[in-house]
This record gives sequence, C-alpha cells and structure tokens, in this order.
Amino acid sequence: MAAWIEILMILLILLDMVLPGLSRLSACVRAAALQGVLLGVLTLLANFDALTPRVAVLAGLSMAVKGFLFPVLLERAMKGAGVRKEVEPFVGYVTSIAACVAMLAVSLLLGQRLPLPDGGQGMPLAVPAAIMTMLTGLFIVVSRRKAVSQVVGYLTFENGIYAFGVVAVGEVNALVELGVLLDIFVAVFVMGIAIYQINREFDHIDADHLSMLRG
Amino acid sequence: MNPDAIANVAMGLALAPLLFGVINRVKAVFAGRRGQPLLQPYFDVVKLLGKGAVYSRTTTWVFRAGPVVGLASALAALCVVPFGGERALIGFEGDLLLFAGLFGLMRFFTVCAALDTGSAFEGMGASREVQFSALAEPALLLGLAAAARRTGCMSLSGLFEEASGMDPAAALPVFSLAAMAVFIVFLCENARIPVDDPNTHLELTMIHEVMVLDHSGPDFAFITYGAAVKMWVLGALFAGLAVPFRTGIHWLDAALAVAFMFAVAAATGVVESTMARLRLLRVPHLLAGACALSAVAYVLLLR
Repeated sequence: MAAWIEILMILLILLDMVLPGLSRLSACVRAAALQGVLLGVLTLLANFDALTPRVAVLAGLSMAVKGFLFPVLLERAMKGAGVRKEVEPFVGYVTSIAACVAMLAVSLLLGQRLPLPDGGQGMPLAVPAAIMTMLTGLFIVVSRRKAVSQVVGYLTFENGIYAFGVVAVGEVNALVELGVLLDIFVAVFVMGIAIYQINREFDHIDADHLSMLRG
Repeated sequence: MNPDAIANVAMGLALAPLLFGVINRVKAVFAGRRGQPLLQPYFDVVKLLGKGAVYSRTTTWVFRAGPVVGLASALAALCVVPFGGERALIGFEGDLLLFAGLFGLMRFFTVCAALDTGSAFEGMGASREVQFSALAEPALLLGLAAAARRTGCMSLSGLFEEASGMDPAAALPVFSLAAMAVFIVFLCENARIPVDDPNTHLELTMIHEVMVLDHSGPDFAFITYGAAVKMWVLGALFAGLAVPFRTGIHWLDAALAVAFMFAVAAATGVVESTMARLRLLRVPHLLAGACALSAVAYVLLLR
C-alpha cells in the first residue's frame, strides 16, 4: 500500500510540474481538477485499512466538487468573460519548469526537517509532495497574469493543504472538512463572478492592472 | 564472448530497418493507404549501396567521414546496450557515459559533415540539431544517472540486471520517470514527429533530413542504416527502463523484448499520425519537460 501511495504522490508532484508549463487556461483548470481527484483517491488509499463510510463520502464529495464542479464553474466564467485561451505568464514556461524542480528540492529538504507525530504513517513522500503543491500554487498566483490562473493557483494551494491534512492529521472532523469544502466552493464561485465583473469593467481579466485602481 | 550477446547484436543489425517499415505501415494504415512494403527500408539500403556517390568539389574528407563515423558509433552503441535480459556484448563500470558519448560523437560528425558542404540550408539544420540535442542530452544523462543511483550500478548491463530483481512497486517511480524522459529523447534523437518530421521535404522545417541532403549513394545508405540502428539502440534502452522485469526464460525474454521494440515503433507511428510537429520554438519546452522528468527521478532519490 505504501508503495502505491508513493506512486500517487509522484503523480501529484508531476502534475505540479505540468501546471506551470501548460499554455492553455482550460488545460490548467483540468490539471488542477485532476489533482483534486487524485487527492480523493489518496484519502481512500491512506485510510484503506479502516475505511469508514464517513471517509468514503468525504473523499467522494471532494472529488466531485474539485474534479467536476470547479472546472465547470471556471469554464463557464471563462466563456462568459470571453477570455483569450493563452495563459500569458510573467515567467516563461522553461523557467517555470526549472523553478518547479528547485521547489521540489526545497520541499524535499523541508520534508526531512519537519517531524510528524507518527513519522508520516510510512508515507515518506507525502509531506514533500504537499509542500511542493502549496509552493506551486503560490508560484502560479504570483507568476500569472490572468485572474483565472490565479484561481487555479489558489485551488492548487488548497490541494496542497488538503494533502498535508490527509497525512499529518489523518482523521478530521467531518464538520471541519465539509466547512473547508464549502469555503473553497464559495471562493471559486465568488471568483468566477469577480472574473466576469473585472472583464465587464475593463474588457480583460489582467489582474496586474488592478494595482492602478484609485479610490 | 557471450554467444547470446552476439546473437542479440546480430538480431539488432538484422531487424533495425524493419522498425522504420513498421512505423511507415502504421502511418499508412492511419492515413487509409496501403503503404509501402514492410521491407522497403532494406530495399532502399541495398539500392543505395549499388549506386555511386557524388561529392561536391567544395567538400573535404570531413564530409566523407561523417556517414562512416556515424554508422560506426551506432554499431558501437549497439554493442553496449543490453537486450532482452541478456548482458551486453561490451559492458564495464561507467559504460553509461560511453553510451551517451557515442551518440554525441555520431551527432558531432553528422553536423560537421553538414557544415562542410558550405550550404546555408545544411548549416541551419546543423544549428537546430545541436540546439535540440543540447537539451536532449541532459535528459538522457540525468535519467540514466537516476536509474544508476537507484540500482547502484554504473553499467547498463548491471543496471538492467539489478532492476529485474527489484520489487515492481519500489522500482516503478524512478524507472517510469526515467523511461518517459528517454522516450522523449528517443523521439528527438531519431528525428520523429513532435520534434522533427522525417517526411518533410521543405528545407525550412527540416532538422535531421536537411543535414544529409548532399549525401548520396553508399554514404546515404550508411546514414539510413545508421539511423535505423540508432533507433533500435535507443528503443532497447527505453524497453529496458520501461519494462525492467524478466521472466527468467531466455528465449521468452528475447521474444518479449523484440515484441516490445515493435510496439514502441508502432507507438511512434501512432504519435506521428495523431500529432502535428511542434513549432520550432516549442520544441525546447518539450525537451525541458524531459529534463524535468529526469531531474524529478533523480531528486526523489536524494532523500
């Protein structure tokens, strides 16, 4: 089982590396969605020996929301705003990939320094993969111009926190879990509307120009 | 000398051009054509060998040495790569570097021969070839380094032997990452589609083809056959990394390896039929991705 979780973690890391290298917004959205589905599978695998209906329902719910609902919402927001399909990054693709490799090295180092209460439950890659996903999310938020990309970055960051929670905390209160899920749902919903409004006001969703606003 | 290893080299020599035949057949089927005979690459080589060579007066011995050195390094690489669970004909600690170096030598002489003609087109092809291979080589070397670190062997034969005894789940992460990187390198080094289009005859878009425009007769036969052997060698490396497991029965392993080689050729044909060639500016992104895959494989082992 530990070996399969490790493979899942490597897939998570690979998706992190793919995300900044994708040039199309919808591909980015789909990659982040796939990451959410992978995390659902991870929850199931991590609790495989003691699989309660509660864990199964939570994992299924987060898979449905992250894998299906968010992409649909974001695609609709993009279609409504008539966004151009390219990402238009501040940092080039090759540089982004190089930065990802550097972030992976950093997160492996951090993962070694971060002692978990039960030694990571035999999942040595879990903490580095979670930190890597968070760093990638932050990287996407700062290095991309479009508001949609920043939503994707935010989702990736949340995926990282979720992955960390699965490993470090294990059993989480269902209420907390559902609350977090609802929060990100509302956030994505609001951001979808925000993207639409920004576009209506300025004819583009270039978040960089927001800094020129004066009250 | 191991008779099985000699048999493997002989098999590589005999079957290598058939890979091109299979790729062409798959592409023909995808396009709804009947396609050329499977053995057409052999006919081409025989036909070219029977012709005379034409040399431009502006060329020197470098131009004539290009095809010969190219074929020689491909043959040497064939002797270094293990096949079908058998040790390679030549194997020693560190032959990983020799393996990568032989491809470097082959490329160096092909590029020099292209530059020697003084043709602007060939110079352009040479410049592109060098640019892309500068990115493909780190991917290959890093991937091999990761596999070597995982198994603790610096020779290809030892590496594959060690890997065949590993627990599948333990070997899978590093080996599949390295194999993916090597497959991209395989497509790039063999001038296949996402990087280069072997069928194009528009000089502005060609990379490999444009470098060998001025070679004729036996020289071109050497180049064609050398390219086939190179494809076989890189395919064998990919096969070893992607499916490192062995049944232990000698003839079955060899048969499976041959079947896998032709599956790789068929997959290349499918890639060529379903994908368009990448824009020249996008190719470095693909190769950087291959480097990143290898780097991840290596970094994962540093823990």
